[in-house]
Amino acid sequence: MKIDTDFNAKKLMPEADVAPDDGAQKYDVEIVAVSKSYDGGAKAVDTISLRIPKASYCCLLGPSGCGKTTTLRMLAGHESVTDGDVLIHNKNVTDGAPSARGTSMMFQSYALFPHLSALDNVAFSLKIKGVKKAERQAKAMEFLKLVQMEHLAHRMPAQLSGGQQQRVALARSLITRPKVLLLDEPLSALDPFLRVLMRTELKRIQTELGITFVHVTHSQEEALALSDLVVVMSDGQIMQAGSARDVFEKPTNAFVAKFIGGHNVIEVEGRKVSVRADKCRIVESVGGTNLPAEVTSIEYQGPMVRILVKDLDGKEYHAQISDSRFFADPPVVGEKVMFSWMPEDEWQLAA
Amino acid sequence: MGTKRSASYYVLSAVFAVFLLFLYGPMICVYLLSFQGPEGGMSFPMRGFSLTWFETLFTAGGRGVGDIHNSFVRSLRLGAIVALLTMLIGLAVGMSFRRRYPGGNFVFYSAIISMIVPGIFVGFGISLTLNMLGMRPEWWYSGIGAQLTWSLPFAMLIMFIILGRMDKSYEEAATDLGASSFQRFQYVILPLILPGVIGMFMAGFTSSYEESARAGLNIGTGNTMPMELTGLLGAATTPVMFAVGTLTTLFMFTLVITTLLASWSLAKRRQLRLSAQHA
Repeated sequence: MKIDTDFNAKKLMPEADVAPDDGAQKYDVEIVAVSKSYDGGAKAVDTISLRIPKASYCCLLGPSGCGKTTTLRMLAGHESVTDGDVLIHNKNVTDGAPSARGTSMMFQSYALFPHLSALDNVAFSLKIKGVKKAERQAKAMEFLKLVQMEHLAHRMPAQLSGGQQQRVALARSLITRPKVLLLDEPLSALDPFLRVLMRTELKRIQTELGITFVHVTHSQEEALALSDLVVVMSDGQIMQAGSARDVFEKPTNAFVAKFIGGHNVIEVEGRKVSVRADKCRIVESVGGTNLPAEVTSIEYQGPMVRILVKDLDGKEYHAQISDSRFFADPPVVGEKVMFSWMPEDEWQLAA
Repeated sequence: MGTKRSASYYVLSAVFAVFLLFLYGPMICVYLLSFQGPEGGMSFPMRGFSLTWFETLFTAGGRGVGDIHNSFVRSLRLGAIVALLTMLIGLAVGMSFRRRYPGGNFVFYSAIISMIVPGIFVGFGISLTLNMLGMRPEWWYSGIGAQLTWSLPFAMLIMFIILGRMDKSYEEAATDLGASSFQRFQYVILPLILPGVIGMFMAGFTSSYEESARAGLNIGTGNTMPMELTGLLGAATTPVMFAVGTLTTLFMFTLVITTLLASWSLAKRRQLRLSAQHA
């Protein structure tokens, strides 16, 4: 995909429109003790608080039903807030209309209007505002350029591929000059190749525009690759919020360690610790912890090889070993090995 | 294709063929007999082939065809108004059902029951009520009202299907982009459900055009087509009635095909306009 380097995205969003910067505002989004329950029943979101710094890429990560999409929809104003407050650019928007909060939402299904061309879809919000046809179409074309879709401006949504539809949906959201762009599982409908491509694109556009993106996903890989701030959710609560590196290296509890992947959650002398799989070995290590185990499965992953083992109690662990180390002395399935790690690689988890 | 068809394929095909025969056979008989020669009677065999009976229909000056011309105009007038009202009320009902509201179930089931209740008793009930109130039935209120009890449930079901199929996120997206509820309706919902809205109009018209059980007692003076035909067929002695059947079928087909062509050319024009912009 050719990226038009001459094209200045900033120009589309003059600073004054994006953020009236009085120096006091450090956060684009503040969620204060927000809860959501339906008909007085169980809480879909349970008293969460979160502050998203200016111009950051934030991923809400969690399994389905964890409340991440509900949280996003409350930010957008498409779902009412049962309790608590939502602030955007220091302004309380808890009860504000969706279009009056400075947010724009990109829907999972993209929700492009099927009876309008790509150009008219992007120009829709300007038409609502009463902008003249020639003017709004010219403006819409600028935003289609931003997402490299100007050559397909006159196609109908049904004539566009999933990736192209997504670009149009992105342009349609951005033309409203949102302070915060909300993306509901934006990559889940794409094939794996396109997913990685669009991921890079989203990050590029976020960086160029300098606004906050809040992106809901169930893919830890996506969250780690994109985020300045990863928010791991489970059962309507925030398990951990931090930088991608913090969440990966210092998971607060067993849920985060397991969900983020690449970790073994091990009980050592009554303590729960996590050990990164790439720090584990399947040879005896001097000064480390050694567990007699048996190799149950081997997955070749290119630069790394993932080895699954089962200890004497039947508990499963995995180790990720570089391919060179693996092929120096390749183990086979069924082989008895020592699953081992060093004490400094243990990370203490909350009970 | 070397695959052998199973026995059930042949059995079901035969059943379907018989079904088609029963469905269209009698109608084809009517169409054929309407071209009966001048000497021919109301049944086969055909004695020649002519347009005599069509000519009779338009020149007989009332002989054997009763008040058929005026009744056709009355049916057309009634049908058009019922169709328009069906479309508008159906649209409003459908839109109201996108959110649950207290009493919503009552509205739904009372409309469905109206499809089940025997029409003749609905008509009789309306007529009886009018009588008790000391009012004379007239086509423009009791006639239309009686027919709406029949056409509205269909319109409602059409709207439920169309709106149920519509992705809710279209509306949310429009809201997100700043559209008011009226703009949402105007720019997003209506264009998307337009085929269904036209469908409601057509369903309203066809159900009115052939309806007499409900309208019969409430139409006031002046028969509609189906009422006039019921009367005429009992006393018919010539194939002129068959000519009426052929023409009225032709009329309905023309109506449906015109509607289809109109919506097709509408879509085509939109496409052309787009490619013109592109050029």
